[in-house]
Amino acid sequence: MSGHMNLTLKVWRQKNTQTPGKFVTYKAENISPDMSFLEMLDVVNESLTRKNEEPIYFDHDCREGICGSCSLYINGHPHGPKKAITTCQLHMRTFSDGETITIEPWRSAAFPIVKDLATDRSAFDRIQQAGGYVSINTGGVPDANVIPIPKVIADEAFNSATCIGCGACVAACKNASAMLFTSAKITQLGLLPQGQPERYSRVQAMVAQMDQEGFGNCTNTGACEAECPKEITLNNIAFMNNDFFSAKLFREEHAHDHTGGE
Amino acid sequence: MSLDAKIPQGPLAEKWSKHKFNLKLVNPSNKRKYDIIVVGTGLAGASAAASLAELGYNVKSFCFQDSPRRAHSIAAQGGINAAKNYQNDGDSVYRLFYDTIKGGDYRAREGNVYRLAEVSVNIIDQCVAQGVPFAREYGGLLDNRSFGGSQVSRTFYARGQTGQQLLLGAYSALNRQIHLGKVKMYTRTEMLDVVVVDGHAKGIVTRNLKTGEIETHAGHAVLLATGGYGNVFYLSTNAIGSNVTAAWRAHKRGAYFANPCYTQIHPTCIPVTGDHQSKLTLMSESLRNDGRVWAPKTVETAQKLQKKEIAASDVKEEDRDYFLERKYPSFGNLVPRDVASRNAKEMSDEGKGVGTTGLAVYLDFAEAIQRLGEDTVRAKYGNLFDMYLQITDENPYKQPMRIYPAVHYTMGGLWVDYNLSTNLPGLYAMGECNFSDHGANRLGASALMQGLSDGYFVIPYTLGDYLATIGPKKVDTSHPAFEQTKQDVIAYNNKLLSLKGNKTVVEYHRELGHIMWEYCGMARTEEGLTKAKALIKELKADFWKNAIVTGENEEVNAALERAGRVADFIELGELMVTDALTRRESCGGHFRLESQTEEGEALRDDENFAFVSAWEFTGENEEEVLHKEELIFENVKLTQRSYK
Repeated sequence: MSGHMNLTLKVWRQKNTQTPGKFVTYKAENISPDMSFLEMLDVVNESLTRKNEEPIYFDHDCREGICGSCSLYINGHPHGPKKAITTCQLHMRTFSDGETITIEPWRSAAFPIVKDLATDRSAFDRIQQAGGYVSINTGGVPDANVIPIPKVIADEAFNSATCIGCGACVAACKNASAMLFTSAKITQLGLLPQGQPERYSRVQAMVAQMDQEGFGNCTNTGACEAECPKEITLNNIAFMNNDFFSAKLFREEHAHDHTGGE
Repeated sequence: MSLDAKIPQGPLAEKWSKHKFNLKLVNPSNKRKYDIIVVGTGLAGASAAASLAELGYNVKSFCFQDSPRRAHSIAAQGGINAAKNYQNDGDSVYRLFYDTIKGGDYRAREGNVYRLAEVSVNIIDQCVAQGVPFAREYGGLLDNRSFGGSQVSRTFYARGQTGQQLLLGAYSALNRQIHLGKVKMYTRTEMLDVVVVDGHAKGIVTRNLKTGEIETHAGHAVLLATGGYGNVFYLSTNAIGSNVTAAWRAHKRGAYFANPCYTQIHPTCIPVTGDHQSKLTLMSESLRNDGRVWAPKTVETAQKLQKKEIAASDVKEEDRDYFLERKYPSFGNLVPRDVASRNAKEMSDEGKGVGTTGLAVYLDFAEAIQRLGEDTVRAKYGNLFDMYLQITDENPYKQPMRIYPAVHYTMGGLWVDYNLSTNLPGLYAMGECNFSDHGANRLGASALMQGLSDGYFVIPYTLGDYLATIGPKKVDTSHPAFEQTKQDVIAYNNKLLSLKGNKTVVEYHRELGHIMWEYCGMARTEEGLTKAKALIKELKADFWKNAIVTGENEEVNAALERAGRVADFIELGELMVTDALTRRESCGGHFRLESQTEEGEALRDDENFAFVSAWEFTGENEEEVLHKEELIFENVKLTQRSYK
């Protein structure tokens, strides 16, 4: 265990959605390398509170990398410099004593700032509401083992389903595109037999909602994949595009014949 | 007031079916005349909101997070139990029922637990139909693994992210109903009170966490699915936002709080290091399928390990004590959580703990890696190993994990009858926020089962009975009780905001946690609990004098949110201690040092304590009044629990 560190933070402060924000500089002192990044911010907030100054606001909850709440843009990277983790899993041992760290919220017109470092990501919920489900009611479903699903398909569907909806893909993208997020759900359900009946209506509904929310388009830069804490791959976007084109080119009842089972 | 659990008469296996038939129904065209409030969007809340909306009710759903998908059910790792017997290994509804009653140390209701086991099979069907990607075998059928307290493989899982996948399934069902206009979703909205009209819950008061606006909402029934109160200990595996406020404020409006002292200390968590941690991280119980728990045989070896003079791998096989395998040969590493936790604590207390603090034991995968290969172990537990590496900077493929018990789950909660109704008519509680099914100790992979059972398969039936009784007459917020309750909330928040002392709310929370962990944690005594009660009273008085709450109401104000939650935790903490003092026996997670067997196991006193404690709030700073619901066992024989 190495010694404690002193850091300089440049933090985006913004009172609310309407008021313009600015960077404010803070000192983070006596920081243990074993602290998580959010615990370091807790320390700063405790000292602000003691001075009766307003603490820095950021979204966070589970602090174990699964709820998708935390969303900081740290030194130019969503969730900071390390691969495949969220901000809450980033530990201060990644930084060095004396370093200056810049902390910003996600930047995208579709994610308006709520306060300081927290943004409104309800656009993601609305994309899911447009079609990210299998339209069944509770009860009256067949036994779980009636439909065997090849392990490779189930595993692939799982890989897509691990998306935590944090929005790092949008934050990383120069076009603020939400295609990685949207395609992950489309791919999960598109791969599974349960998702087949609504496969083509789903992709159209979700893509339409995504566009309506003001997210940009994909230009295959791949920043989303590089920054995704759950390592969702660009293949998901390819899958979505494939289904989207099939749905547009053929009438829905025929689209099923043209894409096959993946 | 006498407590009627309303357990249906008749043979165990027929209770639920008969009860369903006897419940009143609301006809389909009348359902749309009822408004239902559901607070919380975890497994219980999301599944209930979706299922009720599918039936035709108008649902208003609330969560304090920015999206319903963030509820803390998302973090559940290991799995969900169901009595499918897909493995042909002797499982049955009765066996799941029996394991759960026994696991809970005979402090749960037979009728409830049997129903839970019965509907467990429907849950798996439902989730698969939604597209939840459970783990599968090469033949395409569902895979299972084992969990503590059982000798069959009945746990369904999705890698180490089962809670996430189940919650996203329920969230998708909820989304569909939001899209259809049957659910109105309120995010970043925190419930701060229940509105009671003529003895019935008719609505809630909320704070919009973006604007600070205090609002009222009316409904024919209010369903709480607001989770557990493990954060009363400050450090727990719960999310930072997990809190007792909704349940506690309902308690103060008349709902009884049951068995508050029953808390689950989970054996395999990443140990505490220093004082900077804001939470603790669980390492799934599923790891005990392949990981072996051990401590060094001698204090001398332990001390060398603590000082890092030697590494775990330097300890020879004959110098290791695989204490769970040694003491419990039939269940081995898969003993229930309370038993595993107490044994880990015992090792540390004897000076045989490892790590720099000496408060840890090893969970070792060397044997599994040798037997299965590193790739197989990675496929099964990879995400957990990665989490461990991120937090500790140690590679668990190369050296054993260090683990120690941490607060994980609370079996206590709002008292509910068989219909999930609290004693306050119109107010229901589901999932972890009720007390119903786990007795004094919850078995692994049973929390997800209970949350979804309550939401998908119990409340859609039982709520109708109440609604049919009260009738569909429109409810709105015009009754003066709404304005009165709103003013109460505003006054309370103003009181919090007026606190401009010298100590932060987080400091109070941490202090409360220390008291709770020290005196109301894994080992409890009359003396310690008595002391704790006095300390909590002092802490409460100090909080209301010297806490600092920054900012104002009319804005995003995390300080105010936290202050309200911590104030409630302090009050709850006192009740937990009172409950633990009153229960002069050991059972499950409630371990009174005065009451143990010669071998150091929990010693129950069935003669005097085979009851549910239900506490009634009688006024600020007044002692709460105890009501007892006797537990009646017609099917299982109460014995000393043995996992040997």
